[in-house]
Amino acid sequence: MAEKHPAPRVGLFVTCLVDLFRPTVGFAAVKLLEDAGCTVEVPSAQTCCGQPAFNSGDRRTAQELARNTIAAFEGFDYVVVPSGSCGGQIKKHYPELLADDPAWAARAQRLSARTYELVSFLADVLGMTDTGARYDGTVTYHDSCSGLRELGVKEQPRRLLASVEGLTLNELPGAEVCCGFGGTFCVKYPDVSNRMVEAKTADIQGTQADTLLAGDMGCLLNMAGKLKREGSAIRVRHVAEVLAGVTDTPPIGEKA
Amino acid sequence: MQPTTHAFPENARKALSDERLQKVLAIAPAGFVNRRKQAADRLPEFEALRDQGRDLKNHVLANLDTYLEAFEAKVTGQGGHVHWCRTDQEARDAILGICRAANAKTVTKGKSMVSEEIGINDYLEANGLTPIETDLGEYIIQLRHEPPSHIIAPAFHLSKKDVEGTFRQAHTDLPPDRVLDDPKVLIAEARTVLRRKFQQADVGITGANLMIAETGSTVIVTNEGNGDLTQILPRVHVVIASIEKIVPTLEDAALVLRLLARSATGQEASAYTTFSTGPRRPGDLDGPEEFHVVLLDNGRSALLGTEFQEVLRCIRCGACMNHCPVYGAVGGHAYGWVYPGPIGSVMQPALLGVKEAGHLPNASTFCGRCEAVCPMRIPLPKMMRHWREKEFEQGLQPAAMRKGLGLWAWFARRPALYHAATRMAVRALGALGRGKGRFAKLPLAQGWTQYRDMPAPEGKTFQQMWAEKKGKR
Ligand code: SF4
Repeated sequence: MAEKHPAPRVGLFVTCLVDLFRPTVGFAAVKLLEDAGCTVEVPSAQTCCGQPAFNSGDRRTAQELARNTIAAFEGFDYVVVPSGSCGGQIKKHYPELLADDPAWAARAQRLSARTYELVSFLADVLGMTDTGARYDGTVTYHDSCSGLRELGVKEQPRRLLASVEGLTLNELPGAEVCCGFGGTFCVKYPDVSNRMVEAKTADIQGTQADTLLAGDMGCLLNMAGKLKREGSAIRVRHVAEVLAGVTDTPPIGEKA
Repeated sequence: MQPTTHAFPENARKALSDERLQKVLAIAPAGFVNRRKQAADRLPEFEALRDQGRDLKNHVLANLDTYLEAFEAKVTGQGGHVHWCRTDQEARDAILGICRAANAKTVTKGKSMVSEEIGINDYLEANGLTPIETDLGEYIIQLRHEPPSHIIAPAFHLSKKDVEGTFRQAHTDLPPDRVLDDPKVLIAEARTVLRRKFQQADVGITGANLMIAETGSTVIVTNEGNGDLTQILPRVHVVIASIEKIVPTLEDAALVLRLLARSATGQEASAYTTFSTGPRRPGDLDGPEEFHVVLLDNGRSALLGTEFQEVLRCIRCGACMNHCPVYGAVGGHAYGWVYPGPIGSVMQPALLGVKEAGHLPNASTFCGRCEAVCPMRIPLPKMMRHWREKEFEQGLQPAAMRKGLGLWAWFARRPALYHAATRMAVRALGALGRGKGRFAKLPLAQGWTQYRDMPAPEGKTFQQMWAEKKGKR
């Protein structure tokens, strides 16, 4: 593909949690995209997609942050997000948020049409089948809710993980059940959230996997935090790290 | 029933520490989930039926007045009566009036969530009548003086042992040493007791899963046949139904029934689907002498034309709660009133107000599993978000959260400042957390660290590292 066409220009929407907690995921995403023949840029005018405001009922702030993101990402062939939930916010919710704003509705639509979650972009749009990566371990995979149900990310990560040499995937029972993160939910209703993540970590432990993967930092922080509190040795990583073969940094929640 | 919805966090904590309940919740929802999935997979056109169901109900809601009036004309033409009730109080009074006119003492009842919504049992009792629930689950919780915990399985929260205890306490005229350890035996005992009540009843009240405009019929589905005995044996049959249950034709009813049974219990059809069309006609072998339909609005028409209109497509199948991880954690009673689960989180603020029910639309991770299975494709998470918007507009959310999010947004609108501030915060946190790679405690993050560690940031923001790398290139 890269030989015939000019390299697609991809704008990377890093997401706040990757920006703050785990730059490794951002670099893994850049590597995957560049290896697949894309030119990657990271607009510095990006901040937060506005999901916390949107889901807290603060529509006006959500709209302002949506406009900021739209303006920052105009002109790319594609916008790629290493998160199903921030990706879903841009792809599914921006058009709805700005539908009544004549100056922005069409721009929101345009951005939506060009925006993809990272792994589905690699598999569905770029047609990647082999990552060429290696990971020695048995992993299990949690389907983060927004990626799964808003964007249809389900078999793409599995397809790509199957190409990673040395990797065995043990499917997680209840992989499609929410881990209990839910943004502000986990601190607003800590007891309920705890029961949900407790059920999730029990299922994870049951798979006998040594590594847990998922595609969303929020869920990963939640599940890693719980696994570590329970004293589990299971390593937790964003799926992009394994697909890119960028696993020299400590797993989430582990010391260097 | 006095709502305790405002106390959702406390209710939830209680439910979470109730070991008996947790045992039930660990098993029961999975059964529903599997059966629904199998039923949906067996029917190739199931997804297409969901689209049709959605479109049908949208059409009905856009023409609600027309179909309700057509229904009324049919019912009246067949010798029945329609009682239009704006509020729960009007509905209670209408039903009491019918019972009084019939000189009723004992009233049998089929399962009906609307009857829970208007609290008819307490009202009839307070007025000297004896209402008897005849659905097994409803009968059990009536004996226990509990509200239902699930809209299609009212005794969802109980185990077989609980039921045995309840029957021993209630059925004191039966030998105390009888063996009651088998569900079949429990059912047989309930059947014997209820059989007598059916014979005594003067009025039978049922709900309606559907009303059909073209025929003036009401429809109930049950798996026990109790609904039929409730509406055929007494002299007077009262149907209590909310206005959005109307469909235009028999074909439309068939569509809804196909969706309902599969979504609710994974059945292709419920064991009994019963159509009631007017009172007994000359020459009919059975049927009631009087047929009344009490039509309840109770705030529903006020949702028409608003961002909440779509919730009126609901056919009360219960699939949303069966698939809800929050319901699965705390059960139905924590929701504090009649409708639990995702449908409750959208309906209860409408029926009780956001002040009373504001927790419910917030107590969701927006995981979207409810919407993914709802046969009527109701965008439940979106509607919960709309309730959060109402709360936000009214300033009802906790001050600390508003402030925190406000501050975040203030920075997020100013990219340069945002990157500078996050850089500093991440450096500080990263340095603090380096030793362990995580925090067991963090100021301002107690909600998080109470139950889990907080993974430490890597020490620099991605933006910072990217800029450094670009500088080098
Ligand atoms: S909202 Fe949908 S899934 Fe829930 S009870 Fe109503 S129809 Fe069923």
